[in-house]
Amino acid sequence: MIHPHPPMGPKSPDSPRRAGDVQARFDPTSRLGRRRGPRSSSFRSRVGAWASGGGPLIWLTAGAVSVSLVMVLGLVAVIAVRGLGHFWPAAVVETVYHSQAEGEIRVLGAVRRSETVTPVVLREIGYEIPDEMADELFVRHLFQLGNRDLTGQDFRWFPGPPFTGEWSYPEDVLVLERTEWGNFFGYLRGLQENGHVVAEGEEAWPVLRDRVARARDLRRRIEQIERRGIGSVNIRMERLRLEERAMELQGDEDPQVLAELRARRAALAEEYSVLEAQRLELQQEIQRDAVVAETMDGRLVDIPLERVIRASGPNRMSVTEKGRHYVGKFWEFVSDYPREANTEGGILPAIFGTVIMVLLMSIFVTPVGILAAIYLREYAKQGRFVQFIRVCVNNLAGVPSIVFGVFGLGFFIYFVGGGIDRLFYPEALPAPTFGTPGLLWASLTLALLTLPVVIVATEEGLTRIPRSIREASYAVGSTKAETVWKIVVPMAAPAMMTGLILAVARAAGEVAPLMLVGVVKLAPNLPVDGIAPFLHLERKFMHLGFHIYDVGFQSPNVEAARPLVYATALTLVIIIIALNLTAIAIRQRLREKYRSESD
Amino acid sequence: MSEREAGLNAAPRTTTQEPAGTRNLLAGLGTPVERTPVPGLQAEAAAFELDDVGVQYGDVTALKGVNLTIPRNRITAFIGPSGCGKSTLLRSLNRMNDLVDSARLLGEIRLEGEDIYAPGVDVVELRRRVGMVFQKPNPFPKTVYENVAYGLRIQGVRRASVLDEAVERSLTQAALWDEVKDRLDKPAVELSGGQQQRLVIARAIAIEPEVILLDEPCSALDPLSTAKVESLMYELKADFTLVIVTHNMQQASRVSDYTAFLYLGELVEMGPTDQIFLKPGEQATEDYITGRFG
Ligand SMILES: Nc1ncnc2c1ncn2[C@@H]1O[C@H](COP(=O)(O)OP(=O)(O)OP(=O)(O)O)[C@@H](O)[C@H]1O
Ligand SMILES: [Mg+2]
Repeated sequence: MIHPHPPMGPKSPDSPRRAGDVQARFDPTSRLGRRRGPRSSSFRSRVGAWASGGGPLIWLTAGAVSVSLVMVLGLVAVIAVRGLGHFWPAAVVETVYHSQAEGEIRVLGAVRRSETVTPVVLREIGYEIPDEMADELFVRHLFQLGNRDLTGQDFRWFPGPPFTGEWSYPEDVLVLERTEWGNFFGYLRGLQENGHVVAEGEEAWPVLRDRVARARDLRRRIEQIERRGIGSVNIRMERLRLEERAMELQGDEDPQVLAELRARRAALAEEYSVLEAQRLELQQEIQRDAVVAETMDGRLVDIPLERVIRASGPNRMSVTEKGRHYVGKFWEFVSDYPREANTEGGILPAIFGTVIMVLLMSIFVTPVGILAAIYLREYAKQGRFVQFIRVCVNNLAGVPSIVFGVFGLGFFIYFVGGGIDRLFYPEALPAPTFGTPGLLWASLTLALLTLPVVIVATEEGLTRIPRSIREASYAVGSTKAETVWKIVVPMAAPAMMTGLILAVARAAGEVAPLMLVGVVKLAPNLPVDGIAPFLHLERKFMHLGFHIYDVGFQSPNVEAARPLVYATALTLVIIIIALNLTAIAIRQRLREKYRSESD
Repeated sequence: MSEREAGLNAAPRTTTQEPAGTRNLLAGLGTPVERTPVPGLQAEAAAFELDDVGVQYGDVTALKGVNLTIPRNRITAFIGPSGCGKSTLLRSLNRMNDLVDSARLLGEIRLEGEDIYAPGVDVVELRRRVGMVFQKPNPFPKTVYENVAYGLRIQGVRRASVLDEAVERSLTQAALWDEVKDRLDKPAVELSGGQQQRLVIARAIAIEPEVILLDEPCSALDPLSTAKVESLMYELKADFTLVIVTHNMQQASRVSDYTAFLYLGELVEMGPTDQIFLKPGEQATEDYITGRFG
């Protein structure tokens, strides 16, 4: 192409006519106008025009977006509704059930689910349905009856009318959440202090509320003493034992040091007995009160407040009270330890474990992945070998995650962890310290699992840095190192964040490998606490993903666990979204900062 | 000085092979065995001297047999049709082609008498002496201030007062100071294209090089910005040696003191700009600048 400008031509290189040409050629309206043709055309030609104008393609692509959107929103909505509804205090129904086998029984419980069934189903489970009703549909309800300790069956299906009578919502219904045996449903009759009745009937309600609060306070103090005080003493005692054993192994038992150890042990024992005495005293106090209640089958039972976590009368609560109850329950769910084989209580350890594991994973994977990508893209000679490495990295991303779990178990735990134990913790053997699944190994395994994602994303970012920017840097006399580290890497930072976002999303949702390398159903201690070194990398931990699996599939009480599965899943989704949003916000700031012409 | 001038006069060389495509055009030239010394150039001090320079990208020969002298404190323009090797020639002057794996240089290029491709030459140092401005403005994704200060910072300048002074001086010299003095801490990409181009010129002169190479610096600019950059080049001539690649004949004729015409990887002729434009020595040059072939 030769530019045909005479040496002394007009000042502007583009003559006006040429500019006009270009505009006409790219004017979208003129083009559409030509395609569409006259308005009065037949339906067919209009369809044809729609098709040729890209209509179907637009619908197809927009449709795909809508489907994805509906699926995502639907998913979140389903788990949100099912999970969050659980914490709302359900009204307790009293009704009479006419059973052919059991006669008339009084039913007192909260309806958890309802479904419509055909008579066939009812007949199969033992109801006699007269033939003239064979065409009707029936409703049946799943009642939560509670009182597992008394009846052994805390959920039961009852058919609706005509098998049950009128539904009523008695005011004096009492629901107790207990430390064991699940909920209690009954009627409040009175309150006892050391075996003597102190309040009865209606008067008992305010007294009950105060005394439950007192018991909760006492229980919290007992827990404090057990978890913080006694737990810490136990750990220090164990450390003493290990110190002693280490000296024994080394064979230099200095009598002076031994005496010192003995003194320290005595001091610990002293501390322990003080704590124990405190605990016993509190225990005594908490046992003072008991609530007297009548169950649905008319029995009077005493329930010590020691075992009551929360008492409520759902049928007498106003909406604000219910709201407060809801918030309290929800807060308990996210801030408390699980109870009763994880089907009650909170999921704090699982939230904590998930977050800390993801953070540790990020700390491990980010530097390694970024450095590897920088080497591959900026320093390595681009050739067959580097290409081969790249293919390997990409393939690593496709390896099933359980395989990483197996690798983590075999390599990290048995090989590395076992080695660390033999070298640094011989005194604890045969009990392993690092040679057993734990937080560190789980994080490392997931770091390995997500490494390809970070590498690929970072490399992608590095290749997108325009050549012109690199050349600009060289042109002012920077070395390769300065160009890479001062210009290229900062500009690729948003891409690195993208890698991290993808890695976090993948790691937070991963369950299978974790079961092999550190996640447990119930961890007695959080991996972070007030005892040095504060972060206990060797500890096993709980994880939301595994918690969902455990509660949903391994639970002895399926009906009680079901809402918790949804609530836990919702929590997991929220945590992942929160982590991602944080990372996206950081990335956005980096993008703003390193915005270049090419973006 | 006298030594260098002697070198200039000794420049003419024989071009041995020509690609088939060049025959046609060069037919009118006869065989350019001995080149007559460029008139007026003997009086100038040379910044760059090129001896039989060729560049190959793998198997592709982009440039060959180029002998020329680039005078100090003058503006030298490279003109020629697209793909004739202007950028290649320019980029070989500060060894920017080293970044292209496949590029190979033949012949010798001397800056102030020193072979810049000799083993042991510090490329980084060379690029500090020979700055470059590219066709498309390419500011760093940093603030206006940091763009200009970058070259000095990597040289280890830390003192804020020194940096401030250098930034102001460079921006003033690049005729940009008044426009950006209130937005020094704003991202450079927020400037207009013309301002960005003057910014990268300021960035280039901030490290006080001896030579500035400009590869089509105005091709993305409007006439007003172009005029600004052109008058800027005129100003800079006092302190720097400038080499500019341009497709714009008027620009070449307006700003440059010397013009070199390249065609198909070869130097056809070089001379004072007036002479090249009014009375070119070769038919090919005349055809090109009058737009008679393409
Ligand atoms: N990196 C490269 N690899 C291979 N060939 C290249 C490379 N850069 C340039 N070339 C080739 O070298 C020849 C000269 O290119 P060059 O960029 O120097 O042309 P130019 O005169 O600057 O053209 P323009 O006016 O279009 O910028 C062209 O044939 C081009 O294809
Ligand atoms: Mg070019």
